[in-house]
Amino acid sequence: MSLVIEKKGKDKQMNHNADRMNDTNKENNKVVFHTQDLNLWYNSTQALKSINLPIYEKKVTAIIGPSGCGKSTYLKTLNRMVELVQGVKTSGTITYRYKNILDRSFKVEELRTNVGMVFQKPNPFPKSIYENIAYGPKIHGIKNKKILDQIVEKSLRGAYIWDEVKDRLKENAYGLSGGQQQRLCIARCLAIEPDVILMDEPTSALDPKSTLKVEELIQELKKDYSIVIVTHNMQQAARISDYTAFLLNGELVEFSDTNTLFSTPKDKRTEDYITGRFG
Amino acid sequence: MKYIDAEKVKNKMGTRLILNNILKSVFLLATLFGLIVLAVLIIRVLTEGISYIDLNFLTGKLSTNPDRAGIMGAILGTLWLMAVVVPVTMFLGIGTAIYNELYASKGRFQQIIQTNIANLAGVPSIVYGILGMTIFVRALDFGNIVLAGGLTMSLLILPIVIVSSQEAIRAVPQHFSEASYGLGATKWQTVKNIILPAALPGILTGTILALSRAIGETAPLVVLGIPALLLPFPGGIFDKFTVLPMQIYYWTIDSSLVDEYAYLASATIIVLLVMLFLLNSVAIIIRNKFQQRY
Repeated sequence: MSLVIEKKGKDKQMNHNADRMNDTNKENNKVVFHTQDLNLWYNSTQALKSINLPIYEKKVTAIIGPSGCGKSTYLKTLNRMVELVQGVKTSGTITYRYKNILDRSFKVEELRTNVGMVFQKPNPFPKSIYENIAYGPKIHGIKNKKILDQIVEKSLRGAYIWDEVKDRLKENAYGLSGGQQQRLCIARCLAIEPDVILMDEPTSALDPKSTLKVEELIQELKKDYSIVIVTHNMQQAARISDYTAFLLNGELVEFSDTNTLFSTPKDKRTEDYITGRFG
Repeated sequence: MKYIDAEKVKNKMGTRLILNNILKSVFLLATLFGLIVLAVLIIRVLTEGISYIDLNFLTGKLSTNPDRAGIMGAILGTLWLMAVVVPVTMFLGIGTAIYNELYASKGRFQQIIQTNIANLAGVPSIVYGILGMTIFVRALDFGNIVLAGGLTMSLLILPIVIVSSQEAIRAVPQHFSEASYGLGATKWQTVKNIILPAALPGILTGTILALSRAIGETAPLVVLGIPALLLPFPGGIFDKFTVLPMQIYYWTIDSSLVDEYAYLASATIIVLLVMLFLLNSVAIIIRNKFQQRY
């Protein structure tokens, strides 16, 4: 109950909220992101309604819910990519490592260097495999060829795709299969050495075999990274996540550790959804 | 009960197929009309002009004597004109396109700008000539030099360059820029490294096609008062000049005085067509070279 408060003594208010909403958490987990009373509007349509949700360090948090429930919107709020859509307004706070990222003064470029993102459709740049990985480090000012080489190899190894591409680093990334492209995108994300990785339905455009590979990769990645994954696939959420949040019509219906949520959901709507009665 | 009566369908099948074939011929005729007229033009120009093209004609000075007349001055004038038009339109055109597509917030103001640019592309070229006359030749007092002509031509083709560049930028898939922003890139880094390289083939194709329009355009230069007979070669953008289409224009009207001027005009048309052809080939080569796979 009071574990979170012991972790970081400062910012009592925030930790109090973390505590209040996460009373099922028995483990000693650090909070990376803390969302408090988040509301989001697309023009006059409210897409997220007073969301309160912690994201734990080096855990996989799955966000599930039917189409249009706001799960992708929530994910994109965590790295403020949602601002690329015109007419977005937010209220409430999201703290990342104890700083409010929704604050105007918080630099999105800095945030996105710490919070990488993997998209629904594999989206490599139309460049070589090498250039795809080196792009992130380059924009952050790394020019030394040797260091770039090392980053490229480390990132590709990290995404378990090195052996498949090491002989064709100069080739166009679009020569890779869809599943390889997605792992390349994960490697590209690792190259900026993020703290958190956001994944927006990363396997929905992949075949079952590639999906399995990406899921295995996620299991490996959570040793070093905190992962938030949006998925429409409940089995996937059950398989790979430690925590699950269920969103419905922009509201957070239930959040708990994945086992609890899938075995003994507290809310009737969660139960209906995970048993396939709607959605 | 069936809604579609097989018997009726069968009866009408014949007329449907006939109509189908008739229209095919109509469209073919429409295509042939343009092709034939173009072929006639090219054949006539070639048969009339080709014998006049020799080294003297290409490198010689202008003369009233048809046998001694050369078009070096007009060729140089066209090249100098391009030396002004290319950098000015590329900078202003691509810059405007980038701003409109990537920076400007989409609102009523931006819509008004958009509509106006599209409308400007349809303004007759002679109107641009009058504009250039008023601003560059008279108000800024440049006189009818290359710079004035080049700036006027730039204004003329700017809308085309802007519209085609905007289309090229818009055609770059959104998920490329999202991936770049997602890695913490700034807007300019994304524009420079991701969006522009992907849009470059489209931008260059549009720009070069617009440039070939500028090379062939005559009306605005007539208004600027580009001289009919100019002996010295232009040596820079501050010199007086004439261009190939102007030369063609004057020789064509003067062919009522000296018959051979008509053949000189034909020969000049061949040179102009070759230049345009080369320019378009460059456009195609550039497009294929920079085409990215995705």
